[in-house]
Amino acid sequence: MQIYLPIADLPVNVFLVLGMGLAVGYISGMFGIGGGFLMTPLLIFIGISPAVAVATVSSHIAASSFTGAISYWRRRALDIALAMMLLSAGIVGTATGVWLFTELRALDQLDLMIGLSYVTLLTVVGGMMIYESLQAVLRTRRGMPATLRRPGSHTWLHGLPFKLRFKRSKIYVSAIPVWAIGFVIGFVGAIMGIGGGFLLVPMLIYFLRVPTATVIGTSMVLTLVTMASATVMHAATNHLVDAVLALILMVGGVIGAQFGARMGQKMRGERLRLLLGLLVFAVGCRFAFELVVQPDDLYSLRYVMGG
Amino acid sequence: MRRFLISLIILACSVGPAAAERLVVSLSNHRVAVTSNFVGEELVLFGTIEPEPPTSALRPPYDLVVTVTGPRQTLRTRRKQRMLGIWVNADSREFVRAPSYLAVLSNRPVNTIAGPDTLRRLQIGLDNFLLPQRIGADVADTVRDDPFRAAFVRLQTQQGLYRESGTAVTFLTPTVFRAAIPMPAAVPTGSYAIDVELFAGGLLIARTNSALEVIKTGFEQYVADAARDYGLVYGMATTLMALIIGWFASVVFARD
Repeated sequence: MQIYLPIADLPVNVFLVLGMGLAVGYISGMFGIGGGFLMTPLLIFIGISPAVAVATVSSHIAASSFTGAISYWRRRALDIALAMMLLSAGIVGTATGVWLFTELRALDQLDLMIGLSYVTLLTVVGGMMIYESLQAVLRTRRGMPATLRRPGSHTWLHGLPFKLRFKRSKIYVSAIPVWAIGFVIGFVGAIMGIGGGFLLVPMLIYFLRVPTATVIGTSMVLTLVTMASATVMHAATNHLVDAVLALILMVGGVIGAQFGARMGQKMRGERLRLLLGLLVFAVGCRFAFELVVQPDDLYSLRYVMGG
Repeated sequence: MRRFLISLIILACSVGPAAAERLVVSLSNHRVAVTSNFVGEELVLFGTIEPEPPTSALRPPYDLVVTVTGPRQTLRTRRKQRMLGIWVNADSREFVRAPSYLAVLSNRPVNTIAGPDTLRRLQIGLDNFLLPQRIGADVADTVRDDPFRAAFVRLQTQQGLYRESGTAVTFLTPTVFRAAIPMPAAVPTGSYAIDVELFAGGLLIARTNSALEVIKTGFEQYVADAARDYGLVYGMATTLMALIIGWFASVVFARD
């Protein structure tokens, strides 16, 4: 069944898009991430322009992260104070990102920027996750506990001023790294159409030593708000959010996420991280391949204006 | 005497060539509505060749070219180049007010209908259509084998937006013809001009024109208008929709 997308200006198969929503939703529920880094390339692949894909995916992630956030809220696995702190910086990051997005679009370098950010971010983060989780898997093999959290171990980040106490997460850290992380996530999210969950979770664990219990729920709240504001900002400045496409993606996404979350809870933490690391790394390599290999068509068209 | 001479000239002109042709065309549909299940459409243009004045003789065989041009838009053709090992958009040309849709339909390949000069002057065929590029402060069309122009036409053709067909016009009798105008699914909205040109012996002998309109209707129009005119409200509504769906899913699946 074909349906015409009013903003993307092309017809798509409803079941194909719904299926993509389901598949990405499943993965996102399983790993507790938004799944934007998978959805955006998929949409580009079926012919939707990168700009519309990035803008529309933000609303899709908002929906799936809201579902996730509610279920974590019910289990009280959410640190509202920490989330609010990250958010105040996240909004500024998103606004900066949307602004840069608009500028780069005018300069014809948006596709390159999206491509480069994907390669750098995904290969680096993916590689780190594979390395870390492999070590954890090996540690468990040798009979040692596979803990990430080493209480009492302090890094230089803990020596910074403006210290704050987050009760739910049981951490006492400076506001500076919290703001920096929030800004980076908001910025990257707006540029790349990703919620940044796959970035935020490791950042919170490694830099702020947030316990695993609250990290996913907190990351979902942050993802929700940055993506919701990215949707509004993209709609207001670039007019590129396709509500029809978003609706189909959301419906598939939230259903998939529910089944994925059940699967995720059955798996062991380090195995899950290893799988996610491999996935992230693979997507990164796919983008690198595209940038390095000579494209089939050197030419491309871009709409400047009507009339 | 002078006045008499002028009226004589006018009289001579109005009689003109002893025989002339007139084109009468009719389009199957002047309005293409893009609805949510729009997957493209084919319009049919019917027409006859009438003698003018009615008593004069016709001079078949005729050749017919139908040129359909969509709303104008400015597009940039970009060329990738290898820089520091990666492929980036390095060079670009802006095509100013190029038709977003261009179909050149004829009963045989256009270059067999008339000479290259005539075709160039009348802008018939994809190779001869004026596609002005912005070159510095100037706007001009370039030679037809300019790589950017060729790439522009090729990319538009791949999307089904530009086409040249030497078989799309069929003569049902020597004077009655039928032209199929394909409208792909990605057809841009706006008004389209249809130019019909009649040739005999390599010369243009009659022309007429028509028009059609491609419009988004109902829901599609509403969404597109809202996104363009009320971006902020539209964004908020989309976000609200996301929240409702997210909340709804958590309620539905919370039971088990």
